[in-house]
Amino acid sequence: MKTRTFALALLGTTVLAGNQALAQDVTLTIESWRNDDLAIWQETIIPAFEAANPGIKVQFTPSAPAEYNAVLNSKLDAGSAGDLITCRPFDASLALYDDGHLADLTDLGAMANFSDVAKSAWQTDDGSATFCVPMASVIHGFIYNKDAFAELGLEVPGTVDEFFAALDKIKEDGTYIPMAMGTNDQWEAATMGYNNIGPNYWAGEKGRLALINGEEKLTDEQWVAPYRQLAKWGEYLGDGFEAQSYPDSQNMFTLGRAAIYPAGSWEISGFNTQADFEMGAFAPPVQNAGDTCYISDHTDIAIGLNAASPNADAARTFLEWVGSPEFASLYANALPGFFSLNSSPVAMEDPLAQEFVSWRDKCESTIRSTYQILSRGTPNLENETWNASANVIRGAETPEDAGKRLQEGLASWYEPQQ
Amino acid sequence: MNGETHKRPTRWHIAVFLAPAVLVYTAIMILPLFGTLQLALFKEIDKELVFVGIDNFKTLFGDPRWSESFWNALRNNTWFFVVHMLVQNPIGILLAALLSSPKLRMAAYYRTAIFIPTILSFVIVGFAWKLILSPLWGVAPTLLDAVGLKSLFAPYLGKEEYALTTLSLISVWQFVGIPMMLIYAALLSIPDEILEAAECDGITGMAQFWRIKLPLILPSIGIISVLTFVGNFNAFDLIYTAQGALAGPNFSTDVLGTFLYRTFFGFQLQLGDPNMGSAIATAMFVIILCGVCIYLFGIQTRLRRYQF
Repeated sequence: MKTRTFALALLGTTVLAGNQALAQDVTLTIESWRNDDLAIWQETIIPAFEAANPGIKVQFTPSAPAEYNAVLNSKLDAGSAGDLITCRPFDASLALYDDGHLADLTDLGAMANFSDVAKSAWQTDDGSATFCVPMASVIHGFIYNKDAFAELGLEVPGTVDEFFAALDKIKEDGTYIPMAMGTNDQWEAATMGYNNIGPNYWAGEKGRLALINGEEKLTDEQWVAPYRQLAKWGEYLGDGFEAQSYPDSQNMFTLGRAAIYPAGSWEISGFNTQADFEMGAFAPPVQNAGDTCYISDHTDIAIGLNAASPNADAARTFLEWVGSPEFASLYANALPGFFSLNSSPVAMEDPLAQEFVSWRDKCESTIRSTYQILSRGTPNLENETWNASANVIRGAETPEDAGKRLQEGLASWYEPQQ
Repeated sequence: MNGETHKRPTRWHIAVFLAPAVLVYTAIMILPLFGTLQLALFKEIDKELVFVGIDNFKTLFGDPRWSESFWNALRNNTWFFVVHMLVQNPIGILLAALLSSPKLRMAAYYRTAIFIPTILSFVIVGFAWKLILSPLWGVAPTLLDAVGLKSLFAPYLGKEEYALTTLSLISVWQFVGIPMMLIYAALLSIPDEILEAAECDGITGMAQFWRIKLPLILPSIGIISVLTFVGNFNAFDLIYTAQGALAGPNFSTDVLGTFLYRTFFGFQLQLGDPNMGSAIATAMFVIILCGVCIYLFGIQTRLRRYQF
């Protein structure tokens, strides 16, 4: 009994000492699913933070990506979770905030460094509270084989017409398969197809928000037109693309058999090690030269504060630093293809990553249309979009039918669309 | 043993020996089964589990979207089963008949070779066949090309009209060893006297198979049909490894197992719904129970048995 009282007293003094920010070391623990990034955190990011903030130690303790959500939830319920929580975008994190596990970080100074789009994945639906500091996003576009383009005398296409003219030329020549994509796994058709080229049609954020508000419908021209373009893709894909899987497409491109690859920027580091030809990238082509271009700059990863953390002050210091340009530069260079969401420009060394990120200056950013709110019900709009995009490319469903089916599905549970 | 006491001792050993099996079976089979049935009667409303009776089943069969997915999965499942019954079991019987022929040399080798795929993991089988049939690097298009039949090749797993049949045939390839082994054992157990008697009566060759052997192995065929039925309606692994949880193209390979998985555990942005998932699991349980009952009471009792 006595020892326990003594221990409590000790604990009390520690807490007091912590509050008074005396020279007492605080250790912060980060929960994350990015176990691939362990070395980067331990060798680059954490030493940089600890050097600038003596007295705060940081530990990065990731778990396997597939288990992360379950492990994190049970740790949070048991009260044994780390001080800092890596946030998945949208509903998974929103549920944690609603359950009181994530602290409100709206008043964090570093939040000013992020645009509304960047923060949208970790906000309440009305945008009144932000609960995670955005870390990185992935950008969609097309990666192409520069050698193949030079060989065939092709220019980088800027408009849809130029894009299809280039595809025709590659097809005519026959040396290369015009585009590397398959419909077997379905998600590429939606993620690298529909949500890649779509923002140019629905005007990015404007269309996305109008869909959420119920002002636009999936049967409207701007939501069906991307399907119309996808329907034309089928003839430029390799033989038997119906059974071609995602790794098949990656290999097809990096082996130099295909000229164009509809991509997400996360491919950059993998492609850099695999491909032995020079690669370039172009943003999704616009309809008419000079049109405003829109890109899918999808918010993917953020970091928040465990509401039950005893080291909230130190954790906030860390989060302020995560929101700083210094962190942005460290992170973006360590992981080319995961772009900082920070508004201040980040200098990156990888040329392909530079190309991708340069579109942020020329184009308007948006996120994937199906991720916020619209995929909460059954049928799930994101999953339906996978299916519809793959169907349209295979020619099994017309663009109009696909739009109609998705609209009916969405309207069946989502009130603003009813 | 002193032999003096005549009172029969309580036979504790029966209970003791049964206990492990009963306890383990109850804990890992019976309780979860009832747990699932119970879960299907509840629904999460505002983060609280509420008893809703058969509402989940009303949604499953009444809501056009749910019922369409359900019937589609059931239809695909039935086709999956039909292919097994029409291809796997006849081939299994044929192989067993060939293997039991005394003239066949290297019978042990064939037996082992044909049985080996059965012990392979679904994941290996799924990926191996996906590669074999790959239009990009598969051996199937190359081989067909070599014999001038390239025109027969299609991306089978990617076409709505072929995908399910292709997967069924892959599964047949994997499991044909099981009916073969069971029938082979049944054929071996037919006493030689009967066959000799048949020969005396002039029944030999094919006629002997059709009129003597086949009736004698019918009970084994019945058991195999039930095993195939239960196995096929619980199928999941092969389709999941080859086509993913969305069972593409366009849900043409969606069976009850993948439909249950998507609903129960969720997929990508779709959050899991354990209650609707349990409703599907319950429906699967009822379907399999009905099938097995039809066999037990409708067919097995009518099968004639022969005592040797």
